[in-house]
This record gives sequence, structure tokens and C-alpha cells, in this order.
Amino acid sequence: MSELDVRPAGLLIDHVSKDLGGRTIVADMQLEVHPHELTCLLGPSGCGKTTTLRMIGGFLQPDAGRILIDGVDVSRLAPERRPTAMVFQNYALWPHMTVFKNVAFGLKLRKLPKSEIRERVESVLELVGLTHHIDSYPARISGGEQQRVALARALVLEPKVLLLDEPLSNLDAKLRVRVREDIREIQQRIGITTVFVTHDQDEALSISDRIAVMSGGKVEQYADPRTLYREPATHFVASFVGAMNFYRATLHDGAIQLADGTRIACEGIAPNGAGEFEVGVRPEDVEVTANDDGAQATVLREIPRGHYKELVLKVGDAEARAFVPPEVTASERPRIRFTRAVVYRDGALQQAEQPVAAG
Amino acid sequence: MSAVEHQGVALGDLEQAELPVARANRRRRPTVRSIGFHALGIVLVAALLLFMIGPLLWLMLRAFSGLWQFPQFLPSHWTLQWWRSVFDDKSLGNSMKLSFEFAPIVTFASAAICLPAAYAFSRLNFPGRRVLLVSLFATNAFPKIGLYISMAGVFYSLNLMGTFLGVVVVQLIGTIVFMTWIPTAAFSSIPRSLEEAARDVGAGPLRVFFRVTFPLAAPGIFVAMILSFLAAFDEAQGTFLVGIPNYITMPTEMYTLVLNYPEQAAAVFSILLAIPSVVLMSFARKHVMGGKLAEGFQIR
Repeated sequence: MSELDVRPAGLLIDHVSKDLGGRTIVADMQLEVHPHELTCLLGPSGCGKTTTLRMIGGFLQPDAGRILIDGVDVSRLAPERRPTAMVFQNYALWPHMTVFKNVAFGLKLRKLPKSEIRERVESVLELVGLTHHIDSYPARISGGEQQRVALARALVLEPKVLLLDEPLSNLDAKLRVRVREDIREIQQRIGITTVFVTHDQDEALSISDRIAVMSGGKVEQYADPRTLYREPATHFVASFVGAMNFYRATLHDGAIQLADGTRIACEGIAPNGAGEFEVGVRPEDVEVTANDDGAQATVLREIPRGHYKELVLKVGDAEARAFVPPEVTASERPRIRFTRAVVYRDGALQQAEQPVAAG
Repeated sequence: MSAVEHQGVALGDLEQAELPVARANRRRRPTVRSIGFHALGIVLVAALLLFMIGPLLWLMLRAFSGLWQFPQFLPSHWTLQWWRSVFDDKSLGNSMKLSFEFAPIVTFASAAICLPAAYAFSRLNFPGRRVLLVSLFATNAFPKIGLYISMAGVFYSLNLMGTFLGVVVVQLIGTIVFMTWIPTAAFSSIPRSLEEAARDVGAGPLRVFFRVTFPLAAPGIFVAMILSFLAAFDEAQGTFLVGIPNYITMPTEMYTLVLNYPEQAAAVFSILLAIPSVVLMSFARKHVMGGKLAEGFQIR
């Protein structure tokens, strides 16, 4: 917490709702994007993440609620009057203008002197590593380069908030990883407040300071990537972010019991009220053990994944997926235990005990 | 196992070795079938050329011919007499002047009326949008002369018969479909995000239109203007009905020419009428079909 009482620059989405075509897309959404951070809006298609981004950018008007940037209400301002800059999913470069003209367009509208425009365009193109394409037309450069021009065009105006709408979805897998690291690197270097929309959890986990997982127009959880992964607040987040085994089970001291009576040892579990709970276990928290306290399992499939191995196991009537080191050779009937579990009731998190060592 | 593998490899080698030979053979000795297709292609192209260029060729010969009697393949006597008589005739010269006045005026008036409509059809979603767009075809669905005759009734009551404005209006009718449909398609092919991106960097709606939307739609608008110009330039029936006797353009003059002059003068006049079409079409081909502008649209 800052010692000053002044609210730092940032973006506040204040009880915003939006209906489109008779359907509620964003429902009373509340989100505070911290200054200088990269925040991801993550969710399946139709969850309202792009609609939210378009409302921040001014391309849609919220039906209710306010959007504040640096404490100023911008909800009713047209896009050209907002201190935001957007990188569109299809880049939206103007094909009849060169890279230079694309980037310079916004500066020209601001009636800056020619020499300053030249200087700023050149420096931002240097930032994204595209000075050699300054006079190329967009159709003449590759998808990854077009994407960086779009980023440069947004950054050159020095916006308060940078908006990125699934900027990597049109790139092939290898390039996607490289470009997202470039974006993160540039974002951190200039410290710009950024909202990044994606449906790719891997992308969100790798580059965000904070992630807002959205579903049905609401924020399900807003947390840093580690918390989001280790302690998913809802059943939805747990199943959307990363792989997760789910069991309906009763809780006992240090173990869970499935409906068919199978008991599986599980660290950090304590009885917490009667009845069945939803218990989630990450595949990497499934341990193949030699100890007798492990539950008897059967190997259904072994899938080599390169740097690790995935085991599909049958335990009782349920299935368990386990990520184990590749050198582990499981017998056909190994014993397994869980080193960590998260517990839900009615979709909400009840228990997320950290193993003592990690605490 | 290994034996099977070995066989497979051997077979592969064989195929690879034979393939170029087979290909070379095919190239060297064309089959009867391929010769047949080739010949048929040439015949069809020749027929098409004859069909399109033949009448023009005949017109050219006709326009310069003095004496040309039946069994002769070419005229026995060449002359510029018909060109002279066309250019000397005051009323003919006047009609040319009129045509080149009407066509540009009609084209620009049509653009002023139809382009905003095209933009609205493409970008706005208003009730009756589809019905209106399709109903523009109505003017082309009926025999024109019937339409013009009923229009004449209205024009009489508005005192538009025999006026400049009346002729402009009647020529406008034929340009509306081109001037609306083609630019509508051109506007629709521009991704909205290109306009949004311009708004995003600080351009107001008008500036977005003139700096982004219009330049990108320009090739389509250009084609529409050329087609409208030609439609207005060649319009004869309505212009004849409304403009006579004050405004006689080149196509209406054709009627008089065919009736009152020898064929050769009509040929000269036809060639004069065809010149704008040929010039504009080749211009369009060079500037609109040319790669650069088309390429820009690949970015989606």
C-alpha cells in the first residue's frame, strides 16, 4: 500500500452492464486495473471480455455503470477523445498508407510539427524493431510485423491505457509465443497500463500481472497468475485454467472418500462439514507412491509429453490424470496419493490448503 | 518386416526414376485429345473475337469508304467525306457538345445522391434496408420506354419537359443502380475495424470517412462513376422523349442520322459514340484492376 492517500493512475470499471441483441453480455462488472500493470481478461468466447474491452475503448456505450481512467469518467466520450489506444485482432492497419503513415496518422491529427512526428515515429518503430520497414505497405510485411506496426501505432500516442484484443490469435503457434514475450517486454519497459483480452489461458498465465477470469459477463476471479492457478476461487475457474481432476467426495482427516468407497490420501485435507464436496486435484499433484497408504489404481494410458509424462489412471470408478517425470516407470497397478487439493461446494472455494513447505 | 520395407523402398525408387521420363514424354508428344481441345479453344477464341471486333471493323471500313459495291471485298474508293459532313453539320457538333455536358453532370449528380445512400446501405442497419436496396433494381426490371412514358406525364405537370433539368433527371434513372450497388459493395468490403482504428487514434467521423473509408472505396466508386458516365452518355430513349426538341444528344441524334444520312455518316457517328467507352474502359482496366489497390484489401 502506498503511503500517499492519492489514488494512482489506473482504470476502474464500475458496475458496468451491457446488453447486445437482447442478451446480457456484461452484467454489473466491477474491476480495478492497477496502473503500470498488464491485466488479462480471460474467458471462453461469449463471456463478455471483448465487449468489455470495446467499452473501455469507446466503441460501445455501457448501458449502466461508469468507466474511469485516472479517476475521470470517460463512459460518454467518443473513442477519439479517450486516452486509450487499441490494438485490433486483425491489426486494422490502413492498407493505403505506408508503415510510417499508419503510425504517424494520430500524431498528424494532433498537429505536431513534422520533425517531431518523424522523431517519434522512428523511435517507436525502433522500440518494436521495425525501422527497416518504415516505408513498406502493410500488405508487404508479415503477420508478426503487421502486429508490431499496430502496437507501434497505439504506443506512439502515449495513451494512458493500452488495449489489446486477442492480438496473437492470427499468428502461428511459434510466433505467438515470441510476440507475446515481445509485448510483455515492451509493456514492462514503458510501464503502460494494459488490458489484454485472450481466451488462451497459457497466454494469460505467461504475461499477466493479474488475470480477470470472466464467465457469463461477470468476473469469476481477479488475481495474480499464481494464485489463480493454485487457488481457483470457483469451480469454473478451476476447470478453465489449467488441467484439473474433479471428484465428488466426502472429506476426512488427510484423505477423501469417493462415492464408491475408495479412499485416497490427500495432504492438507480436513473434515469440513458433512456431505459431498467437489474436490479438484491438479495432475501434477497426483503422486505415484510406493507407500502402502496410496490408493490402488490401474494405468489406462501412458502419454509421453516430452519433458513430462501423462498417466491416465483408473482409481475406483473415477479417472485420474497425473503428470509425472518421464523417468518414472509406473507398474500396471501403481498406488497413488494427492499432495494437494482444492475443495468446492456449490461451485465456490472452501479449502485450498497449501502444503506446509510451500506456505 | 524388413523385407516388406525393402520392397517399399525399391518401389519408391522406381517411381521416382520413371516420373520425369513420363512427364517429358507427355510434353513431347501431345495426344490426339489434347490437340483437339487446343484447336477447339482457338476456334472459340477466334469466333469470339470475330463477334466482338467484327462489327467494329466493319464500322471503321464503312466510315472511310467512298464507293463500296457488293462483290468487292474492300471499298474501291476511300474518303474522309463522311467525317467532314458530320463535323460540318452544326446540329451534329452541337449534339456532341451537349452529350459531353450532360454525362459528367449526371454522373456527379448521381454520385452526390447515391454515395451517401450506398454508405448508409453498407454501414447502417435501418428498417427496410434490404427491400430498398433490391427495389433499386425496379428501374431495370421494366421496359424503359414504359417507365419514361409514365414519367413524361409527371414531367409535363412539373414543367420539366424539354428542359435541361428534365433530361438530367431522366438520365439519372439509368445510373442509380450502378452508383448505389457497386459503392455499397465497396464500402462493405472495408473492415469496420479500419474505421474504428482511425477513431481510436483521434479522428472524428468525417475525417475517418475522408481519410480511410473513401480512399479505400475509391476503386469501386471510380468503376461506378465510369459505368454511370457511360449509361448517361448512351441513354437515348428517355433523353429523346424528354429533351426533344431543345436537347438532342449524340445517341438521340443517331435516330435522325440513320433516317436522313447515308450509312457511312452513321458509321462515323457510331465511332464517335464509342470513343468515350473505349477510353474510359481501358483507363479503368489500368487503374482499377491494377494490383496495388486490390492488394490492400487482402488485410482482413
